[in-house]
Amino acid sequence: MSLITPTILLINYGDFEKNFLQAIARDVDQEFHLPVSVEEGTTDLEPYFDSIRRQYNANGILKSMDSDSPSRYLKQLGLFRVDLFIPILTYIFGQALLNGPSGIASLYRLRNEVYGMAKDEDVLRERFTKVVIHELGHAFGLVHCHHPACVMRSSTYVEDIDQKSRHFCSQCRITLEKVLP
Amino acid sequence: MAHKISILIVDDEESVRDSLFNWFREDGFVVECAEDAQKALSILESRNFDIILADIRMPGMDGLEMQRRIKALNKDSIIIIMTAFASVESAVRALKDGAFDYITKPFDPDDLSHLIRNATKQISLEAENEALKEKVISLENIDDVIGNSKAVIKVLKEVETVAKSSSSVIITGESGTGKELIAKAIPSNSKRKYFPLVSVHCGALTESLLESELFGHEKGAFTGAMYTRKGRFEMADGGTIFLDEISTISPKMQVELLRVLETKSFVRVGGNKEVSSDFRIICATNKDLMKMVKKGTFREDLYYRLNVVNITVPPLRDRKEDIPLLVDYFIKKYCTSMSRNLVTIEAPALKRLEEYDYPGNVRELENMIERAIVVGDQKEIRIRDLPFEKNAAVSSVESLDDMEKVHIQQILTKYSWNISRSAKALHVDRMTLYNKIKKYDLKSPL
Repeated sequence: MSLITPTILLINYGDFEKNFLQAIARDVDQEFHLPVSVEEGTTDLEPYFDSIRRQYNANGILKSMDSDSPSRYLKQLGLFRVDLFIPILTYIFGQALLNGPSGIASLYRLRNEVYGMAKDEDVLRERFTKVVIHELGHAFGLVHCHHPACVMRSSTYVEDIDQKSRHFCSQCRITLEKVLP
Repeated sequence: MAHKISILIVDDEESVRDSLFNWFREDGFVVECAEDAQKALSILESRNFDIILADIRMPGMDGLEMQRRIKALNKDSIIIIMTAFASVESAVRALKDGAFDYITKPFDPDDLSHLIRNATKQISLEAENEALKEKVISLENIDDVIGNSKAVIKVLKEVETVAKSSSSVIITGESGTGKELIAKAIPSNSKRKYFPLVSVHCGALTESLLESELFGHEKGAFTGAMYTRKGRFEMADGGTIFLDEISTISPKMQVELLRVLETKSFVRVGGNKEVSSDFRIICATNKDLMKMVKKGTFREDLYYRLNVVNITVPPLRDRKEDIPLLVDYFIKKYCTSMSRNLVTIEAPALKRLEEYDYPGNVRELENMIERAIVVGDQKEIRIRDLPFEKNAAVSSVESLDDMEKVHIQQILTKYSWNISRSAKALHVDRMTLYNKIKKYDLKSPL
């Protein structure tokens, strides 16, 4: 008998500050109306490092998260600081399987400094929050949305993330409410 | 519900297939994967995909050969070739062979999104173009049905009522009464008006041609079938199919047609894949189908399935009050198409037209007006421009020689005694014509 807690779990694999993650957890809670827990996590990323690309294979990381002992949580999302890729794409901000149990998100390419701009912690937190909510949306079965302000809009550049809000549009909200416990 | 774009991913690397599968599923596409070209071709035999994203280098059959085979199956397929930097030259070759585009691995996520957006736009533009083309070609207004007699108004009211539903309709009426015009007026006043109206003249095709025409065929289904072809039922998806001269179809085709009407699906000739189509059917005939049912030459079950609504188009002799309007309409039509000034019609000529019984119905009247405009003086249609007087002249002669004399005289008059043109019109050489003129003692009026 499975004992799934109707809670979303954020796992800190990136040595993030507690306050930073608590703020994100609050925003996630507001969007999904579910309790959000934050746990510290440890994982060896070495097997997923591609020395030619100098990036980490997101597929491998996601598989290892899924193959760990079954989560007690409704959905879990791993938070990283490393540069993620999947074999066919040059980079990704995050990854989650549709209706899958887990997802991952990285802050690496969300930093202004990567684009030669001044560091901005508020912007960074806002971007990371949007990626986290977006990937969790996929884990709850939502596909990309064409509404310009919806958090489920596809974002291939960091500027795209800035253009959208961290909220679901009314249509995605209706779809989400149907699957939330 | 909007059509979901489907994508087939063909790549021998599992990680690539999985990554793309997940990426496209997140975008809401219908996605399927194949690990090699053979598997892809076998999938494509049983169903179509809007976009095929294929690696250029695969063990066994490579992407280029696969593209050629896919294009042979369906020349409109949108194929995007994936390549590594080292094989860009092959990708260019793929473009020359008809690939939609190519993309170099690994892709920038934005490049991939952009490429798929372009392909999707192309698909919707093609669909829209097809629909618009069909609309321009086939859209007929109820105003084209000329007449204000009680008989015509009754038919127009029936058209208006029946246009609101999707029921099958049989239009009956003598040859030349305008059944096709009525058939076109029905969908152009219905919710299907922006979708194709596909017409098939059943009487003009042999049984095997009709089968291929209606259901389409797969490549190689018969000698000369070099490409897969969509049938008329498939083309009418969302719209209307009009089968003219339905009484001429063979018993075998009657069975096939009944099955399609019951299931709204069929299999292309030489194929094994069920194709569905949402169409409305309208048929026309100048025969009494009920009589044919009683004689056993037309299936009763098919008759009742087609004959949900029956519209009878009256013969012209039963609505003679419409003749002046029709004459006016045809004068405008032919003067415009021949780039001439509008002509009028003298009262005795119109009276003569109103007295006639028209066994060939509106078509006969139309032909008379067209001819009168051609042979007339370009200002007014006179009684002599109509074929009645000549018929009378011909009927007053009895022997073949007399008839030949009258006919040669008419042709010479028509061409102002120009011997070369007259001989050409009569399909004889100039010497033969001279001999006939001498034989019948014909004299030039000049």
